[in-house]
Amino acid sequence: MRVGVIVFPGSNCDQDCLWALRECGFEAVPLWHQQAALDGCDAVVLPGGFSYGDYLRCGAIARFSPVMAAVKRHADGGGAVVGICNGFQILTEAGLLPGTLLRNEGLRFLCRPVTVRVEQAHSALTRRCRPGDRLSLPIAHAEGRYWAPPEVLDRLEAQGQVVFRYCASDGALSPDANPNGSSRHIAGVSNRLGNVVGLMPHPERAIDRRLGGEDGRCLIESLLATPLADDARPKTAAAAPLSRA
Amino acid sequence: MTLGPKPPRRRLFPVRDRFTHWLNTIGFGGFVAKRRGPPAGLKERYRLTEDEYRLIVNALGRRPNDLELNIFSVMWSEHCSYKSSKVHLKNFPTTGERVLQGPGENAGVVDIGDGMAVALKIESHNHPSYIEPYQGAATGVGGIVRDIFTMGARPVALLDSLRVGPLDDPANRRLLDGVVRGVAGYGNCIGVPTVGGELVIHELYANNPLVNVLCAGVLRAGRVMRALAAGPGNLVVYIGSKTGRDGIHGATMASAQFESGDEDKRPNVQVGDPFMEKKLLEACLELIDRQLLVGLQDMGAAGLTSSSVEMAARAGTGLRLDLDRVPLRETGMQPHEICLSESQERMLAVVAPAHLADVEAVCRRWEIDLAVIGEVTATGQWELSARGRLVAALPVRALTEEAPRYERPMRAPVYLPALQSLPLEMIPVPGDLTKVLLTMMEHPSLASTAWIWRQYDHMVGTATVLPPGGDAAVVRLEHGGKAIALSVDGNPRYCLLNPYLGGAMAVAEGARNLTCVGATPLAVTDCLNFGSPEQPETMWQFAACVDGIGEACRRLGLPVVSGNVSFYNETNGQPIYPSPVVGTVGLLESVDRLVTPWFKSPGDLVLLLGQNRDELGGTEYLRIIHHQERGLLPELDFDRELAVQQACRALI
Repeated sequence: MRVGVIVFPGSNCDQDCLWALRECGFEAVPLWHQQAALDGCDAVVLPGGFSYGDYLRCGAIARFSPVMAAVKRHADGGGAVVGICNGFQILTEAGLLPGTLLRNEGLRFLCRPVTVRVEQAHSALTRRCRPGDRLSLPIAHAEGRYWAPPEVLDRLEAQGQVVFRYCASDGALSPDANPNGSSRHIAGVSNRLGNVVGLMPHPERAIDRRLGGEDGRCLIESLLATPLADDARPKTAAAAPLSRA
Repeated sequence: MTLGPKPPRRRLFPVRDRFTHWLNTIGFGGFVAKRRGPPAGLKERYRLTEDEYRLIVNALGRRPNDLELNIFSVMWSEHCSYKSSKVHLKNFPTTGERVLQGPGENAGVVDIGDGMAVALKIESHNHPSYIEPYQGAATGVGGIVRDIFTMGARPVALLDSLRVGPLDDPANRRLLDGVVRGVAGYGNCIGVPTVGGELVIHELYANNPLVNVLCAGVLRAGRVMRALAAGPGNLVVYIGSKTGRDGIHGATMASAQFESGDEDKRPNVQVGDPFMEKKLLEACLELIDRQLLVGLQDMGAAGLTSSSVEMAARAGTGLRLDLDRVPLRETGMQPHEICLSESQERMLAVVAPAHLADVEAVCRRWEIDLAVIGEVTATGQWELSARGRLVAALPVRALTEEAPRYERPMRAPVYLPALQSLPLEMIPVPGDLTKVLLTMMEHPSLASTAWIWRQYDHMVGTATVLPPGGDAAVVRLEHGGKAIALSVDGNPRYCLLNPYLGGAMAVAEGARNLTCVGATPLAVTDCLNFGSPEQPETMWQFAACVDGIGEACRRLGLPVVSGNVSFYNETNGQPIYPSPVVGTVGLLESVDRLVTPWFKSPGDLVLLLGQNRDELGGTEYLRIIHHQERGLLPELDFDRELAVQQACRALI
């Protein structure tokens, strides 16, 4: 399966994502932000970094890159789109995911491992997980505080669009376990269909025991997985195909 | 001091245009121009002495014009010319079978086998960080990262060595916070992990903090890029940000001590743009990889001037530059402003005309400005024109090799014997040792620095196999089996009490730190932070430290491959402690040999390698608990040091 990693000027986790995808058995190719097509990729990853220096607002300039029109078409057709860290910020700016990412509560850049709880197992990134799974993943961001109006948050929860929450190692949603002050501990969300997923933690940094853990592997491998049996999925996501737009 | 005693051959015109230059070359000016004394404000404006002015007149055979004097001012500044330190630095061992590039280039390069090499350099950004902590530290990171990718190496790790005043003073807290945010703001954005560092808190850094940053990069052994302006007829190409008025005379500023009220120097500090640097990094590595460049140099201290002059000096060529073609951010900039601007994220490349189109295409793809601003000549002259007129014509040699070298007077401080004595009756044995332990553990010099390195992205690159917090950081290379270990070390109190031994111990400690993670030490880079070289005591400390570092490097088999000297670290006449910082790089042939520092499981035995003696002098314990900084340093026996380290590596 062919996965494209989009390279914006200022992306700096693009090489890490390409490596991680290849380690997990994918054919991974870089996609330049100026290109208008996705070169036959079955899934797209928007990597972390500082696209356009995070100037103006994180992701606010990158969303105008020519490749984003193709990404949107791909998403509309049900293709898998994953945004990690800065990629998540770009997806919210582009309107492909709800909500926004604000400056961390502590106003500082934070780089450390956190525990997240898998909230649903029908998104493109969690098909290999079970709800309630706890994963140790690194975060590295200054603008990762997820925010959306309360009614939007209610709707996201009702429709199963909250994919990950920051939690303590036992899975509890204690205030200490929320590193950046995100609304309702949200670390990652999906669109309604589940094919577009954004998250602040870096699964590509957690696929190797040498780097401190392999919990990210199941997320990346989920891109490969055929959808699970019907019981794990809501009706709307039943046929989310991982084909090209 | 060596004064070139060459008498003036001719008394000529200052160069104003091609006509006066031509008059000079035919000697006609001698009839007309009367030689007058040095211009007013020589010391204040140009920071040159009258002797140095005479050297300039001798070298040129005429009086320099104002622009040319500005050029000499920066090129002969301590920062660029190393005029006080060079006679001492030549004692460093700089060669070895693994050394592919020693000092003199933008960074040193060490062979690590299998066709791979590591580029390494540490640099200070002390003065700017004091004036404006965030931008000072940020541009310090930017500068050292450019030094590494200029060599054709992809930067893979940063380490910072910080020295600030006590943190109960809000001014020092603000400063440290700004520096940490600056390192984070720049390093995180360009995607180079900051994997380690050290922090020392001491009163003497309150008005003169030290910010040293080390960068390491990886390249293919046969593809070391050099900063050469070779091949007359080749084009001089300016790549990167436009030139503004920021940082003019920054190098000269860094070559003088601070006085109260120097906050006014804030406009001398440059402003960094890490996004531009990230694009430059990718573009330059692509240009080097495709072999489109003859030479590449970053425009750091003294900007366009020192970068172009040094490139010509290394190649033994000349340059002709047209200032009208330099991309400018502001209108109305004068030639000396364009020449001396330290605007960040700018590179100077030398390109064969046939490759220009390809170079342009790469820069366009990365959305970077590019301008051809001149060409390489065979004349050995550095010629500048502006608005169609020749405005400066200086021999490259006069600016570089013929810069003055000083053997400054040295004197051992008179207080030293008193400091080295430690009557043990002065040191009462504390009653509550638990309290002593807790007091020491919470001292910011010894306590965990996690609050700092958690603000640094130390994981980007998916290569950091031993993150910050240990003695050394370990980064694996190209996701393969090999890894490099890095450490920065220096104990200023040791260097005060015994500069020779303090310098040597910094090297020994670095090697020890690498050994502890299972790495074989390969080479060092050094950043020498001292007070004014015009003070004989400071100069004595400097020379002794350099001797100590040199001797330790020789005995432990570690060549010095690059480095930096930062003098004039004093404010209102109060110098800092002698503060050399030694960066050490080591190799792990297999990342599986990595040993992590923490205790693993209950019941494991704890071994102590080496010898424990009755040594108390210069310890943290004396300083924190007894408020004393005195005594003799622990002994350093190189043979035993080597044996312990080898035994440790063998055990691992």
